[in-house]
Amino acid sequence: MTITRRQALKASAPLLAVPWCLSCTKAGNELNIYSWADYIGEDTIADFSAITGIKVNYDTYNSTPEMEAKMLAGSTGYDVVNQSGVTLRDFVKAGVYARLDKNRLPNWNNLDPAVLAIAAGYNPDNAYGMPYMWGSTGMTYNLDMVRARLPDADLESLDTIFDPANAAKLADCGISLLDDQSLVWIVMSYLGKPRDVYSKAVMDDVVRTVKRVRPYIRTFDSSNFLVSLPNKEMCVVNNWSGDYATARRRAREAGVDIDLGYFVPKTSAPAWIDMYCLVSDGLNRDNAYKFLNYMMMPEVIAKCTNHIRYANANLASRRFVDRAVLEDTTIYPTKDVLARLYAPKSLSAADSRLINDAINAIKAG
Amino acid sequence: MKPAAWFDRRGWSDIIIGVPYAWAIVFILVPIVIVSALSFAVPVLNSPPYAFAQSWPYVSTGSFHRLFADSIYVRSFGVSLFNAGVATVLCLLIGYPMALGLTRVSKAANRVLLMLIVLPFWTSFLLRVYAWIGLMGTTSWFNRLLTSLYNVLVPQAWHVPHIQIMYTNFAVIFVVVYSYLPFMILPLYANLEKLDRTLDEAAMDLGSRPWQVFVDVTLPLSMPGIIAGGLLVFIPAAGELVIPGLVGNMADPMIGAIISEEFGLNHDWPMAASISVALLVVLVVPLMAYTRFQSRAEAGARG
Repeated sequence: MTITRRQALKASAPLLAVPWCLSCTKAGNELNIYSWADYIGEDTIADFSAITGIKVNYDTYNSTPEMEAKMLAGSTGYDVVNQSGVTLRDFVKAGVYARLDKNRLPNWNNLDPAVLAIAAGYNPDNAYGMPYMWGSTGMTYNLDMVRARLPDADLESLDTIFDPANAAKLADCGISLLDDQSLVWIVMSYLGKPRDVYSKAVMDDVVRTVKRVRPYIRTFDSSNFLVSLPNKEMCVVNNWSGDYATARRRAREAGVDIDLGYFVPKTSAPAWIDMYCLVSDGLNRDNAYKFLNYMMMPEVIAKCTNHIRYANANLASRRFVDRAVLEDTTIYPTKDVLARLYAPKSLSAADSRLINDAINAIKAG
Repeated sequence: MKPAAWFDRRGWSDIIIGVPYAWAIVFILVPIVIVSALSFAVPVLNSPPYAFAQSWPYVSTGSFHRLFADSIYVRSFGVSLFNAGVATVLCLLIGYPMALGLTRVSKAANRVLLMLIVLPFWTSFLLRVYAWIGLMGTTSWFNRLLTSLYNVLVPQAWHVPHIQIMYTNFAVIFVVVYSYLPFMILPLYANLEKLDRTLDEAAMDLGSRPWQVFVDVTLPLSMPGIIAGGLLVFIPAAGELVIPGLVGNMADPMIGAIISEEFGLNHDWPMAASISVALLVVLVVPLMAYTRFQSRAEAGARG
């Protein structure tokens, strides 16, 4: 028997419909979550599935741009996404996330009013995001290496790095600054500029300040310090509180004897808060609400904090958080430090362009 | 019916030849058209974050204007082309003798050596870069060894506590050369292996010295291999994103990092698209030069 071309084409024609049929499958008892990698308790998802019978697809991302590009492109199929507070407002404007119906979130009362107050700076009334984990922006020092060079330095003051005399002494052990808007924010606060007001003149001052110490700065980086800190490649790293904890854990795991200290600048610094948000075109809205409620149960969220060692936004969970974590002031800051934190307002396109130009000018040297 | 007769019927051969064409159209041509169209859009705060102008001429060349208005783009193009160029030349200088050597050793040795060249591919590329980060770091044994050698060789006044290799443009070129060397060696080897060795003997008989044989016979005949290897190194090296991000110096960003920044951090898809289009134009020129060179060489061989 011979197969003719016509027969072959006829037989394969239905294949063309496959992509449509794949996407038209009905939503079953499922939930699709998109979250930062290593950002949840070990058994949290398994427990949730066991209790509710919901099948959870838990996808992870490794960088904010990766996740933001995917969410902006749309039609992701996700129901719940881990979104950073700083850019939340832009994504709400773009229609990516749905408003939270607080009536369906009875456990909302467990959240910490202090964190909710900061988070409200990102989206009024916290209408679109459920605060999950939070922390600060600051400086991580390799204390031994820094004290050998600057015995009397006040590590809570940014003079330690932005005063050229100090920076020159620290240059040989390695200074790394954030390759991120947060750098501009801490410098603006350091210079006493009003928050959230951007202009060419302000940016010029910021650039000038960092340029004075530019020759002493080894790199600008937002992730590789997790390697360079334990390696003793860097002794001064501008980063986020959670990364400090991770770097310290990695050094310990590698058996490296290293004394790291994390400090939030006295001149105030931006807080970061990661939220769980509901995706507008998610198909499993009911399950998504069940999940958010579950993640606000004190025992559940405490287990997450005990595992990943980030401060959570759940006041009622403190009873269940390990003492060592709760008493670590780099994870749960003291009242004084908490008062230094603020939530930067979201940026207009023009502001963002000003900030990016300033960062590029600083990096160019 | 003869075994292959069914294939000779016109319809079947059309379908089979059509498959690679369809592949090229769907996965190469269509994406290029989409990216090109995107480069004429304007960024907006929406999902997806771009829009086309509502009135005639419906396109915006704003992104392309910015490409020249802000010096960072042209500068990073320069850095990319410089790094890729230097890396390609270094790969050629290191790879050519290795490829030539491969054709001159015994069959058994040849098999082992070829295996050794391909072997690094069995380890994750990222892992190999991280290994170099460990080696180049200021506190590593490798760096200490280099530093002590250097300090022995130079006068006291020039002594350094360590040599800064990480976070320099040198590190970028070095790791690119390390990563892409096999892509230079393999096409060169494939080309050199096919060369007729009797031509060398004939040249020797006519009084050429070994060096002259190389310059007059081997080198010109291996030009297609050099160009193929050169393009395989140059084009991906020019668009390299991971290596400069891990070991590079932030003052000299390569174009890949700028595209990723525009796309990811600034959510400016049209700008990212217009840089990609510009990069495509810059990289397509050498490719067209190559096809021209090759067709001319083929015409020469026939004529």
